[in-house]
Amino acid sequence: MTDPGAAGPATGPDQSGEQGETHHWWRLIAIWVVLSAILDPLFYFLAGPHIPPGTMTDVAQGAQFDFNVLFVIALPVLLAVWIYLIYAFIMWRASRGGPDPVGGEAARGHLGIQVGWILVTTVVVLFLAGFGTYELVQPGGAGGGEGSSPIWTPTSKTVLPIQVIGQQWKFTYRYPTFGGFETNQLVVPNDTTIQFNVTSLDVIHSFWAYQLGVKADANPDYNNVAYATTQELGSFIVRCAELCGIWHGAMYNNGAVVTPQQFETWAKATEVRLRRNTKLLPPFALTYTPDANGADGGYYPDNVDPYSNVEQYGAPQPKGGG
Amino acid sequence: MAIDTTQVGDFEYPGEEGEEVGNPPSKPQTWRRSDWLRPNALWALVGGVVGYLIGHWLGNVIASGYTQVQDTGQNDVAIVLGLSLGVAGFMAGIGALNYPLAKILGYELSPHPPEPTWARYFRMTDDHKVVGMQYAVGVLLFLFTGGLLAMLIRTELLSPTSHVFGPGTYIAIVGEHGTIMMMMASSAVVGPLGNWLIPLMIGSRRMAYPRVEAFSFWIFMAGYLVILSALFFGGFPTGWTGYAPLQTQAGGGMDSYLVGFAVIGIGMILAGFNLACTIINYRAPGMTWSRLPIFAWAILATTALLTLATPTLVVAGLMGIFDRTAETAFFVNEHGGSNFLWQNLFWFFGHPEVYIMALPGFGIVMEIMPVFTRKPLFAYKVAAAGMLGVALLSFFVWQHHLFQSGINPDMRPLFMLTTELISIPTGFLFLVTLGTLWKAKIRFDTPMLFCLGMLFNFLIGGVTGVFLSDVPVNVTVHGSFFVLAHFHYTIMGGLIFALFGGFYFWFPKITGKTMNRRLSKWHFWTFFIFFNCTFFPLFLVGLLGQPRRVFEYATNLQTLNDISSISAYCLGASFFLFIINFVWSIYLTPHEAPPNPWNSLGLEWQTPTPVPWFNFEHIPVVLNDPYHYGEPDAAPVADLGMAMAAAAPAGAVGHDELGTGVEGDGDPRPPIL
Repeated sequence: MTDPGAAGPATGPDQSGEQGETHHWWRLIAIWVVLSAILDPLFYFLAGPHIPPGTMTDVAQGAQFDFNVLFVIALPVLLAVWIYLIYAFIMWRASRGGPDPVGGEAARGHLGIQVGWILVTTVVVLFLAGFGTYELVQPGGAGGGEGSSPIWTPTSKTVLPIQVIGQQWKFTYRYPTFGGFETNQLVVPNDTTIQFNVTSLDVIHSFWAYQLGVKADANPDYNNVAYATTQELGSFIVRCAELCGIWHGAMYNNGAVVTPQQFETWAKATEVRLRRNTKLLPPFALTYTPDANGADGGYYPDNVDPYSNVEQYGAPQPKGGG
Repeated sequence: MAIDTTQVGDFEYPGEEGEEVGNPPSKPQTWRRSDWLRPNALWALVGGVVGYLIGHWLGNVIASGYTQVQDTGQNDVAIVLGLSLGVAGFMAGIGALNYPLAKILGYELSPHPPEPTWARYFRMTDDHKVVGMQYAVGVLLFLFTGGLLAMLIRTELLSPTSHVFGPGTYIAIVGEHGTIMMMMASSAVVGPLGNWLIPLMIGSRRMAYPRVEAFSFWIFMAGYLVILSALFFGGFPTGWTGYAPLQTQAGGGMDSYLVGFAVIGIGMILAGFNLACTIINYRAPGMTWSRLPIFAWAILATTALLTLATPTLVVAGLMGIFDRTAETAFFVNEHGGSNFLWQNLFWFFGHPEVYIMALPGFGIVMEIMPVFTRKPLFAYKVAAAGMLGVALLSFFVWQHHLFQSGINPDMRPLFMLTTELISIPTGFLFLVTLGTLWKAKIRFDTPMLFCLGMLFNFLIGGVTGVFLSDVPVNVTVHGSFFVLAHFHYTIMGGLIFALFGGFYFWFPKITGKTMNRRLSKWHFWTFFIFFNCTFFPLFLVGLLGQPRRVFEYATNLQTLNDISSISAYCLGASFFLFIINFVWSIYLTPHEAPPNPWNSLGLEWQTPTPVPWFNFEHIPVVLNDPYHYGEPDAAPVADLGMAMAAAAPAGAVGHDELGTGVEGDGDPRPPIL
């Protein structure tokens, strides 16, 4: 970034004169360039690969790359200000007894520096906005909640839908392509694009699969979609990232990325094992309305009015049994 | 241009010229009570309690039986009515209604001369300097209450699994800490320093609306009591953001939150209007926009946010109250409302609120820096334009708080762009301050140290804000301790550092006493080091996956959390250095401060100490901006009047005898009542 503050050609009784002016400039720039050139690669190559959320999915890797790019840009900005401040403290402290500061037009502003500063910051900021937009759109939403009708989707042809249901105070998961069973285990296959359909039964939660690089708010009556494509085996942690009441701090569980074969085996076995439970569940729907009677914890698919057995006009029909 | 403030009122003012306080025979008969019977803070408390009891009784009469919060026996209608009438009773007790009621009934209130005693600090007063001091104490009360709650939070987080508090208590503490701190921070500078300094800086004898000014302070204190009452009702589980539907579900403490924010909001709006009107209309002759101190520009930009953003908060609070008491469904999805509505309304206020806190801090730093560098402020116009630009842009960024919420997901690139654009005018702070340091003669006095500390912290806060505004990175850091560390760096590292810088800078003017130099430096260094030790580890904690407002976390994060907690205790202790310094220097071993200890050119320093009730014997004629350091041939900042101009070189006026009469002006009336 720029080193600001040169007050233009010195005027008046300034003893250091024009030469002192350029002197300071070159010294500052030299220190800044050297330090940036050392510290930026150090960060990028040593710390960069370990920056959260890791590389378990494509979007996690994208977020890591983004973070590193931002840091490589931010570090010289921090260095520029810090170097300048330290330089100023050493060179221009009153106890050092240097020349008296010179006021006047030269000290009150410098068109070139002001315009330069604005131009440089504007260019950096516009680049960051463009870069961020590209990184958001290109990998299909970057793992964030994209609302109920996402316009940035992954290119993959096969997508595994998993419904995440936030409720006070746990997440449960429904697998609609395996009979819609509901479980509190989150198991996903490797090398697969997952579509998380996140909703809530009560208050706002936020589904944060940390190592997957996925975060999407769970809103009642709302289907919030997030995509991620797995690329590494391992376990990951799921936490609630939106304050949802007194047990918010205890709302977490572990998930696992397994091989597609293991997943297939697990899913089919679980489907069979939970068959009797699944029959008692409301049919799979994208959102559910909490039971009007509340206390028993039941809930209804959103296209059914809990007060009558007449389906609402225009609502999507439920898939699957029930 | 500036209004001639010598044209004020046309009634006689009793008590001047040594005249016995009484009523001119031509005026309607009025009477005087003993001092204890006149409205004061004690009566305000009595009024608050009585109002609460009446409201609570009324609520139980009209709504008993059908709005009980399940299993708690709390009646929301009773609590809301109780708190509302309690606030009304508080304001009546402090005397806020006396003047309008008397006017309506056709009576003339007997104006009281300014009391010289400490009792004036417990009354509704129209002296902006007294209100400023009241605000200073009030803000510090908020700050220490919130700070103690922060200590409790850090105590709970010492261990990942074993607990000091139950989850309900913990979440109540978290919500209370956040809300109190936000309420405090929105008035932290505007209240004390804004009210105290702005009339002096712009050469006015008064605020535009002195009674409104006093009202805004006392309703601020009423808000303090209301938000504290939440603890009595079991706290609220939503944090300071108050998201519905958790809000609708919560117990009685939520009513305190909603009423409290509405009450504080009213105070913020009034304070904003008042300061805006004062700065626009009460500038002394010659105080052109390009001579206005940069602190006044910062306050002016802030008032735009206070007046335009805060109404949204008040309205949202009312909607929440109706949802909880009158069974409306603004935020209830099942009945046609939307939980997104609260998020939109709240953050439409909430993001400008962030700059309500930040901008006055910018103003203080830019105001103080030229004094300690002995140089003019660099790029003054860029600074003023930058703060107005921040104020304007801050209305267009609120949905970056909702990037992962699913609301308007396709608009995220737009809000990413606006959020990153706002870092351009915010960055002007650095252009201006670094430019001012160029080839300066830097004196490292305590106010300057706090300003430099603010620059260091705010840079980190600002840069991490860019990380948060980037949607892909936001996926990881949103709702985590990274966010928490970021905004503590901007608000505490920015605003509170600037506030203490301002306190140390202007206390010699305000109190007439010198603060102990060594204790001040100890305060700064402990504050600066432990602030960074407290909050820097929290960036890592957040990045490593710890969400906000949790009481359990991964065991591998314990070391970082413990560093933060222990530093937080030291940071809390550092505040006590300030208290000790204040009590020691002002009350125990008072040393008279020189009239202008920092050798500042600011107009406020050209008045006598203590500043007379009406500030200026003559309305000054402003001749120059207050930054002409290093310009020996420049005109003085102001012509303070004929007598002074003759007696002393302008710009270096120290003290004069103004206490009694005001002669030579042709207008002996003090400005107001």
